[in-house]
Amino acid sequence: MKNKLRIAVGPVQFRIGSDWAEPIAALARLYAGYPQDDTRPADATVRLFAARPWRRWLRPSVHIGGDFVVPDALPLPLSMGLLAAEMGMNLQIALGWRRHMLLHASAVAQGGRALIMSGESGSGKSTLAALLGEGDWRLMGDEFTLIDLFGGDTLAFPRAVSLKNEAIAEVAARVDPARLGPLLAATPKGDIRHLIPRADAIAAMHEPLRPALLLFPRFGGEVAVEPMGEGEAFVRLTEASTNYVALGEAGFAALTRLVRETPAFGISYPDSAAGIALVEQLWAEAAK
Amino acid sequence: MTDRTYRAAPPGALRIEPLGELTAIFDRRSMQTHLVVSPMPEILDAMGADACNAAGLATRLAAAFDLDVAEDVKPILAERLSELAAMGLVERA
Repeated sequence: MKNKLRIAVGPVQFRIGSDWAEPIAALARLYAGYPQDDTRPADATVRLFAARPWRRWLRPSVHIGGDFVVPDALPLPLSMGLLAAEMGMNLQIALGWRRHMLLHASAVAQGGRALIMSGESGSGKSTLAALLGEGDWRLMGDEFTLIDLFGGDTLAFPRAVSLKNEAIAEVAARVDPARLGPLLAATPKGDIRHLIPRADAIAAMHEPLRPALLLFPRFGGEVAVEPMGEGEAFVRLTEASTNYVALGEAGFAALTRLVRETPAFGISYPDSAAGIALVEQLWAEAAK
Repeated sequence: MTDRTYRAAPPGALRIEPLGELTAIFDRRSMQTHLVVSPMPEILDAMGADACNAAGLATRLAAAFDLDVAEDVKPILAERLSELAAMGLVERA
């Protein structure tokens, strides 16, 4: 393809090709601070393409392809090309990655240990990770967290943070505007704006860390903390993992170990400040 | 209900990991993960290598846990055995 880019996020080397220059230029800006090695073989390929040649120019609509394809996925308008690229990267990893257990979870680190937060869209895991990552924590990832299948360590996947709706203003108020991508308004996922992780998070992205705490946040409602048993954490994480089934016994062993060695809690919180206070409190107890 | 006879999975077929109140079982033959609660792990443990029915199982469990065999336990065990068979963790002998 005419427009292409290679990006390394954590252990994954992406190769992204596009029929249009704009999505690649937008990605190149967001990922300018990430390690570049164009000679390294790609682990995952993303293609952004027009279904018909004339659709590159006439009402351009971006289809997402690559090593893995979701049939019937609707294309996005070119103005949302950056979102298409990000969705493509997520898709290739969610469907194709086998070297680690992949959890749909955010993660941050402090004192050489990792905190993993798993939850559905809207649980606030991404916003909490982004806000913590602007404080005393190192952002490891806002969407995916990788678990080493044999050692059990947590590996970072710090792609550009995808801020959604209310989280955009909340985070934008605290960061240098140069770290924010363009506002993508009214996408199928709501308003989206990307945040480039801090340089220290990108520099340390290859350092594996022991997991010290597992949280299952739920945004909304009164502040509540509920200790979670190993069995329930196991069930929830099998649901949060996109490749648990494909990994077979290696995934079973890794997940068993993770829930046995890591204390887990379900937390509810009414706003980000309360959420962060809860996280800090539970971390202080877990990291003792 | 007829007291059917079942056979345990061959040695090494199951990886059984207790996780608090739940027990996770990985079946190496089907690559499936099963989550069960008591008394399923105890039943699997008591099955042994030879075929056994609910009556035999009741005797073994009673011996293992130092209990008396109650008659009403057998239909419950027969039901649990048929559930384990449906999961593929034991099979009809």
